[in-house]
Amino acid sequence: MRAFADLLDRLSLTASRNTKLALMAGYLAETPDPDRGWALAALTGALSFDAAKPGFIRKAAEARMDPVLFRWSYDYVGDLAETVALVWEARPGANRQPQLSEVIDALTSASRSEVQALIETWLDALDPTGRWALLKLMTGALRVGVSARLAKQALAQMGGVEVGEIEEVWHGLHAPYEDLFAWLEGRSDRPSAASPGRFRPVMLAQAIDEAVDFPRLDPAAYLAEWKWDGIRIQAVSEGGVRRLYSRTGDDISRSFPDVVQALDFEGVIDGELLVVRDGALASFGDLQQRLNRKSVDARLLQSHPAAIRAYDLLAEGAEDLRTLPFVARRARLEAFVARLGPGRIDLSPLQPFATWAALAALRLAPPEGDAQLAEGVMLKRADSIYEAGRPKGPWFKWKRDPHLIDAVLMYAQRGHGKRSSFYSDYTFGVWTTDALGQRTLTPVGKAYFGFTDDELKEIDKFVRDNTVERFGPVRAVRAEPGFGLVLEVAFEGLQRSTRHKSGVAMRFPRIHRLRWDKPPGEADDLATLQRLLD
Amino acid sequence: MIRPEALLHPTPAGLYCPPGDFYVDPVRPVARAVITHGHADHARAGHGAVLATPQTLAIMAERYGADFAGATQAGAYGEAVARDDVEVTLVPAGHVLGSAQAVVRWKGLTCVVSGDYKRRRDPTCPGFEPVPCEVFISEATFGLPVFRHPPAEQEIARLLRSVAQFPERTHLVGAYALGKAQRVIALLREAGWDRTIYVHGALERLNRLYQAHGVDLGPLAPATSTTKGDFAGEIVIAPPSALQDRWSRRFADPVTAFASGWMRIRARARQRGTELPLILSDHADWDELTATVDELRPGELWITHGREEALARWSQSHGVAARALALVGYDDDAGDD
Repeated sequence: MRAFADLLDRLSLTASRNTKLALMAGYLAETPDPDRGWALAALTGALSFDAAKPGFIRKAAEARMDPVLFRWSYDYVGDLAETVALVWEARPGANRQPQLSEVIDALTSASRSEVQALIETWLDALDPTGRWALLKLMTGALRVGVSARLAKQALAQMGGVEVGEIEEVWHGLHAPYEDLFAWLEGRSDRPSAASPGRFRPVMLAQAIDEAVDFPRLDPAAYLAEWKWDGIRIQAVSEGGVRRLYSRTGDDISRSFPDVVQALDFEGVIDGELLVVRDGALASFGDLQQRLNRKSVDARLLQSHPAAIRAYDLLAEGAEDLRTLPFVARRARLEAFVARLGPGRIDLSPLQPFATWAALAALRLAPPEGDAQLAEGVMLKRADSIYEAGRPKGPWFKWKRDPHLIDAVLMYAQRGHGKRSSFYSDYTFGVWTTDALGQRTLTPVGKAYFGFTDDELKEIDKFVRDNTVERFGPVRAVRAEPGFGLVLEVAFEGLQRSTRHKSGVAMRFPRIHRLRWDKPPGEADDLATLQRLLD
Repeated sequence: MIRPEALLHPTPAGLYCPPGDFYVDPVRPVARAVITHGHADHARAGHGAVLATPQTLAIMAERYGADFAGATQAGAYGEAVARDDVEVTLVPAGHVLGSAQAVVRWKGLTCVVSGDYKRRRDPTCPGFEPVPCEVFISEATFGLPVFRHPPAEQEIARLLRSVAQFPERTHLVGAYALGKAQRVIALLREAGWDRTIYVHGALERLNRLYQAHGVDLGPLAPATSTTKGDFAGEIVIAPPSALQDRWSRRFADPVTAFASGWMRIRARARQRGTELPLILSDHADWDELTATVDELRPGELWITHGREEALARWSQSHGVAARALALVGYDDDAGDD
């Protein structure tokens, strides 16, 4: 428990991805089975317990101390698990610290009243960090800023394998994953990947570099289709097991019962998840209403029906198609989708072109006349096999050019980790004009990348030299029509938002260029953005 | 029976002793002052006459210049000094180098002003000595049961483990210039870290002063960019204000650590962007505060500053009358913890 608690403690306080990977990989390499496997299960969100509700923990703490002192402590700390972890009086020598695996065993097998008695003995034996970790583990989300995907990457780093190899076998394995660790440490063969309904690691495209790639690529070797603006999914239906996975292998079946029900086939489809109403594609904003929901109500299923636009077939029946060339898989896919008939699964049509110039023209002509529906075009080599990861060459994405606006820097916030001495997170605004003709800046977004290290230094100096107010780690900077810093901001799309004062929210905003030359008074108006919505 | 308020009572300038005509740790200039220790909120410049331990006088002279007071008198630990009818004895408080409790005796009545104190071992100063008394005047900086400092050795071990885990990064440790910085260095030496420790310029004078008073800090060097590349794999000690300052950019992808009792609260660590909080305090934690009251069992407990209500409540429920003096002017928050 000690090592696991220290791991959670450090993970919760670092924002750096590389540091998190190093901490997890170190823990997984040093901790014996089965504890590390249970830790991995906790980090990938594979565990859930309901033995200890917050109310029980609070009562147990209050029973052991002056309830007034407990209340003052809770008021001061503000987080129940942390307060209890700190105020609980250790009883040194009363018990040895429990192993993580002991805790998990008890939580999964003992009755609720037995578990409650055990929790108190564990809290007695642990130190404050151990108690905090235990309470986090028991009451649900760890919230240490680690996704299942990142945990698998740490595992890959520890074992010196590609993360795709882990994803391929992941869904056939169970905590505490002793067979997985045995393989990663070279003590046994790779565990079998042959469990029905498992995830196949996805193949990703590289962004095309127009100047470098087009001259050397043969247009005849590639097939094109739209890059749909939904989310990449993998729909698996094998031997009665039906699952919908995100591109990182998270099982999202529960959010999409309408789609799962429609997986009336034997095979594995690679495609885009979209909201489709009466045959017409809806925007990404509509799809977002359906994402990250544990359960969906009938009303939402009715108003935001989801569907799959298929672009690849990875398995048909028991046959693995991934080693076939793309054209062959495509032919199998077309026949496969045709057999399914009309419903929630249709085909992403190929877009014929002869030259790169023709493709460029196509990219400017959005599908169904709506630029919001596709983010650009995809290029796939006709002879490409389906390889996990992001291989160089077989697949490219050619995104539509981003929208650009000129906005004014309004606030700057300190960064984290390497950037903690820099003001590196920028809130920018555009002009609005009120009824009296008064122009003021309204924040429309926040960006923290897109600039070089040298540019970061320049902006940081500008922020420090032109601070007008401070709020903790945030500084307001001078932003007047005649003085300030104009940022050319690139973004992928715009949505209406009731959460933002401006009424709009940008997708993927980043700093495109610094316009030291431009007076802020000449930056864009909110009306310019609003026109993009219509 | 003399009422203890006749011997010591709070005033806007600080605790005042009428029969001895002196203040303890006054927050504004007075004619006669007894200073418990050298932290800036307790030891201010501009008093007429100052009584303090020789180490505290040296610290004040280093910080404010030799003419920081009209006159000074050194009181060695345990040596009774007369102030009119009153006898003042300075007794180790275990807080920082030179820190003392002021034991004030008058007509058979003993009041102890603890100043800031801790009960744990500290390689840089002698430990707290309990003195039986009628009135114990305590601090309560960490006077809530959430503050339980782990063993200092455990925190230093966490730092060294992180250094081993991330050898390509600099470990930048924020520590207050007086006391904490030298304690961290001394604890690192005890844990076997014998490499050069790099320090921010603001720490150099006090480090030298500690060394001159016999505290072994091992090899130190200034953390200037010319001394050693980008300091990958090294430990650098700096005052907390320097951690997020432009000064810190010279280091290789630093792991920012901060040595403070406040680091017990995760939100505090997060607010400061501290990646490696080290819970190391020179103040008594909740258990030390309550154990000290229990050990001394004074007639009354007076609480100068900090989270007074909780300690007063605990004390009363354990049979020791307590009241909060609510003295102002002592940094219990951002100060020298």
